[in-house]
Amino acid sequence: MVQNPGVGRKLFIAFNYTFLIALSVLCLMPLVHVLAVSFSSSSAAMGGLVKLWPVHFTAAAYEYVLQKPQFLRALTVTLERVLLGVTLSMFLTILTAYPLAKERTRFRWRSGYAWLFVLTMLFNGGLIPWYMTIKSVGMLDSIWALVLPGAVPVFNVILLLNFYRGLPKELEESAFMDGAGHWTTLWRMYVPLSLPALATVGLFTIVGQWNSWFDGLILMNSPDNYPLQSYLRTIIVGQDLTMLTSTDLSLLQELSERTVKTAQIFLGALPIILAYPLLQRYFIKGIVMGSVKG
Amino acid sequence: MTFKKWRHELPLHVMLLPALAVLAVFSYWPMIGIVIAFQKYVPTKGFFGSDWVGFKNFLYVYNLPDMFQIVYNTVFIAVMKIAAGLVVPVVVALLLNELAGEKIKRTVQTMIYLPHFLSWVILGGVLIDVLSLKGIVNEFLGLFGAEPTYFLGDNRWFPYVLVATDTWKDFGFGTIVYLAALTSIDQTLYEAAVIDGANRWKQTLHITLPGIMPVVILMMTLSLGNVLNAGFDQVFNLYSPQVYESGDIIDTFVYRIGLIDAQYSVATAVGLFKSVVSLLLISVSYGIAYRFAGYRIF
Repeated sequence: MVQNPGVGRKLFIAFNYTFLIALSVLCLMPLVHVLAVSFSSSSAAMGGLVKLWPVHFTAAAYEYVLQKPQFLRALTVTLERVLLGVTLSMFLTILTAYPLAKERTRFRWRSGYAWLFVLTMLFNGGLIPWYMTIKSVGMLDSIWALVLPGAVPVFNVILLLNFYRGLPKELEESAFMDGAGHWTTLWRMYVPLSLPALATVGLFTIVGQWNSWFDGLILMNSPDNYPLQSYLRTIIVGQDLTMLTSTDLSLLQELSERTVKTAQIFLGALPIILAYPLLQRYFIKGIVMGSVKG
Repeated sequence: MTFKKWRHELPLHVMLLPALAVLAVFSYWPMIGIVIAFQKYVPTKGFFGSDWVGFKNFLYVYNLPDMFQIVYNTVFIAVMKIAAGLVVPVVVALLLNELAGEKIKRTVQTMIYLPHFLSWVILGGVLIDVLSLKGIVNEFLGLFGAEPTYFLGDNRWFPYVLVATDTWKDFGFGTIVYLAALTSIDQTLYEAAVIDGANRWKQTLHITLPGIMPVVILMMTLSLGNVLNAGFDQVFNLYSPQVYESGDIIDTFVYRIGLIDAQYSVATAVGLFKSVVSLLLISVSYGIAYRFAGYRIF
């Protein structure tokens, strides 16, 4: 397929490389800038001297943040919700996808049930009835409010059930012939076979739990119960008042609101960035599985 | 025989039970709670204990002076986002496809996917910093003699900043679908085209574009359901009272009148209006996608 590239083609190739590289840089630059600010001295940050590399390098902002009780408390809440939320919703996803993957001839109620699930993706009661429901079951200010309402991620269920449908029917039939019931077939055969799909779905859930902020903001009355992202929202949008109450005044001279803010933003993004190679691989798999099939 | 079949199916029902219980409480019960849109709702009395007022809440909302502007903002921002969210990923996917080296291609992909995975809280914090009056963007534009612009506080700019930053976050991720479609194009078509003397541009026009068109049209159809989704997470983390005029959307309005002003019934009425219109749009778009592309969600 090799042709003699003409001048036009050469120009295009040069343009294409330049453009795509510029675009990639543009995607990361704001993040790099914020990272550079967070590692700069307070005077450099406040004076707007920092571009893409720290000026008067210091990790003072990080030292301060990592001892800040509010930050650590919020981090604990987030770790709790990730752990609890992922366990719970993986369990429910597996349990739901298996029956819904059955053929209609094998499970007559399948379509009816499937619609009950899909309907919740298409329509919902809206913010206020949802909030009132959670309030009326007494979950406000509890960790359960952050994990139970979203414990059945229907999109993930659909991904997994499509995977299960792709498995050869003979597998299941031979299991039944050997006297295994549905439970044994699911846990001994389907789950081990679907580990890659489960990894994809699991990562979706972890990222979703880590990144959620709105539920924490409205369902937790006390800021002490905020997960990390909800806490970050309060400091990013408003003034960080906790800094003014700091008793360690000498510390305040080295720190500025901007460096402390950017340090917290970066720490909030750090786990995602660390897990990024994994995320990229599995998310693409999930997207391709979910959106471009037959 | 029927009994045996029933016994064989029983575990399947049991497996669905826990998830159905969760949906019953957190999805279906709130749907029933929509009735408060037709009441003068008092939280302590529950969903069915308050006085019924018919369509009074809807009339009240309809007559609010800001309502037209809010719906207009929502549709304006959402439609621009949909358009940019279709065009930019397609163009970038085509350009990526023209890169010769596999390594550089993968590097570019890795970099442009990243913002998608970060929450709007994080990106909001980043953008508020870089787009501020003394931020690095204004500093850069100042090199060309531009006056500092208050991107997040100026009604002339705010909607476009929303569209630009939303595209910035998600265009990379959007290319995945098209890159997948590109790999499924029959390579022999290109070989035949070369023999017929078609150059790269002609090949793109007559083979590549028609090859990914079904996917483009499918994505376009499915995005129809988002005409009233201007992106709550993004707007909520970037807006401020100065830009309510150009940036307040249905979802942020529902949040403020519902949870801040505690006008529960009015907020529910507005939310119901949005849900119903969205449901209609989604039904139509899925109907079209099913008829013409055989697209099914499950």
